[in-house]
Amino acid sequence: MRVFKVYAIKNGTVIDHIPQGKGLKIIHLLGLDKSCNNIVTLGMGFDSKRYSKKDIVKIEKRELTAEEVNKIAVIAQTATLNIIRNYKIVKKHQVAIPEILEKIIRCPNPNCVTNHEPGKTKFLVIKKKPIQLHCYFCERTFAIEEITIQ
Amino acid sequence: MAKVNFKNRDIISIKDFSKEEILHVLNTAKRFKEKTHPNLLKGKILASLFFEPSTRTRFSFESAMERLGGSVITLAEAKVSSSAKGESLSDSIRIVEKYCDAIVMRHSLEGSARLAAEVSNNPVINGGDGANQHPTQTFLDLFSILETQKKLNCLNIALVGDLKYGRTVHSLAYALSLFGCRLYLVSPKSLCMPDYVLTELKANKTHYSEHLRPERIMNKIDVFYATRIQKERFADAIEYEKVKDVYIINKSLLVNVKKNFRILHPLPRVNEINYEVDETPYAYYFQQASNGLWVRQALLALVLGGKI
Ligand SMILES: [Zn+2]
Repeated sequence: MRVFKVYAIKNGTVIDHIPQGKGLKIIHLLGLDKSCNNIVTLGMGFDSKRYSKKDIVKIEKRELTAEEVNKIAVIAQTATLNIIRNYKIVKKHQVAIPEILEKIIRCPNPNCVTNHEPGKTKFLVIKKKPIQLHCYFCERTFAIEEITIQ
Repeated sequence: MAKVNFKNRDIISIKDFSKEEILHVLNTAKRFKEKTHPNLLKGKILASLFFEPSTRTRFSFESAMERLGGSVITLAEAKVSSSAKGESLSDSIRIVEKYCDAIVMRHSLEGSARLAAEVSNNPVINGGDGANQHPTQTFLDLFSILETQKKLNCLNIALVGDLKYGRTVHSLAYALSLFGCRLYLVSPKSLCMPDYVLTELKANKTHYSEHLRPERIMNKIDVFYATRIQKERFADAIEYEKVKDVYIINKSLLVNVKKNFRILHPLPRVNEINYEVDETPYAYYFQQASNGLWVRQALLALVLGGKI
């Protein structure tokens, strides 16, 4: 008998292959800690075949769309989205960074207006491999390593 | 030429404009230089919001508006009256836009003009946002190059001095890359053109080279665009002393230049251009500064829908 570490869900979404330690951030980024009435489970530090360790997030009775989840690519490019119906994976999707990222990240330029005014940030993804982001406001371009999540 | 429509358009960054649109602005500016239009913007009001002082740019905009018959409302001390009280920029713009037809603003924060444009229903013209953009300067630089060389395509242009912090040279280099110009980037090592500008130049397939001294390239150049090297930019005072004289233009540097050779400078100059150069046929910086009036008239007329 296998003692389950994170129990299987009947219907909903599983976000798998999250880099270790990023699971909580992803729950926050997707707003699941605030506006979600469904049960959300976070599993941390699982052994992974591809990467040494990984986190997993499971959301019961709710199917997230690729558009909703793609923004997590800023911190978890390796993540995959699995839609579960009746304990079976019916859809699998590798997250891909969208063309525009709004409200998600902070501009690393301290003199950028978005760091001084209330309101949203907006970045255009000008290159995907490696990710390069262009601030719509101050017009600076940054590598993915330079940015932080809002 | 594709039909270009400028009515109600914001003027935030030179990168928002295609080659055709840039030429349309420059052609319009030429028409304003040739003929006055004292009633063109009668009844229109420009709000002049200089959150950061810049007397030259402000005078140029306000004069341009008045010469077209429009009027100007201004915040005498923009900094004191709003932001110092803790009001956000977006709120200030929301209030001011009700009283005017267009806004020109200068602000020390990068992206401030773009933010204002998002909030305002009236066109916003960027008069400088921190180290980011100053598009009307770029338009007047291009206008002066076109005026002196009779073309913009495929010129040999030297950008000289502080290429690292000089915002005018970043935007100008980008704009010139649209016209297939050959660029000579002349600067001390510590003040060379930033990588992100070079990346844009490469993307536009621009032929450029970097140089530490200007002497050897002087006979190839059509336009020599000089900028100020500020002592504060050097961590080491000795390094400043070493390089400061290398970039001073004097008559002896000009012996082998082409006939159409011209010197431009965004002004104010400190000692980059020796006063003896002023009387040569190559000096064009004062005319360049006065061209700001025509370019700003053109932009105001275009965004406010004034027909000429
Ligand atoms: Zn920014």
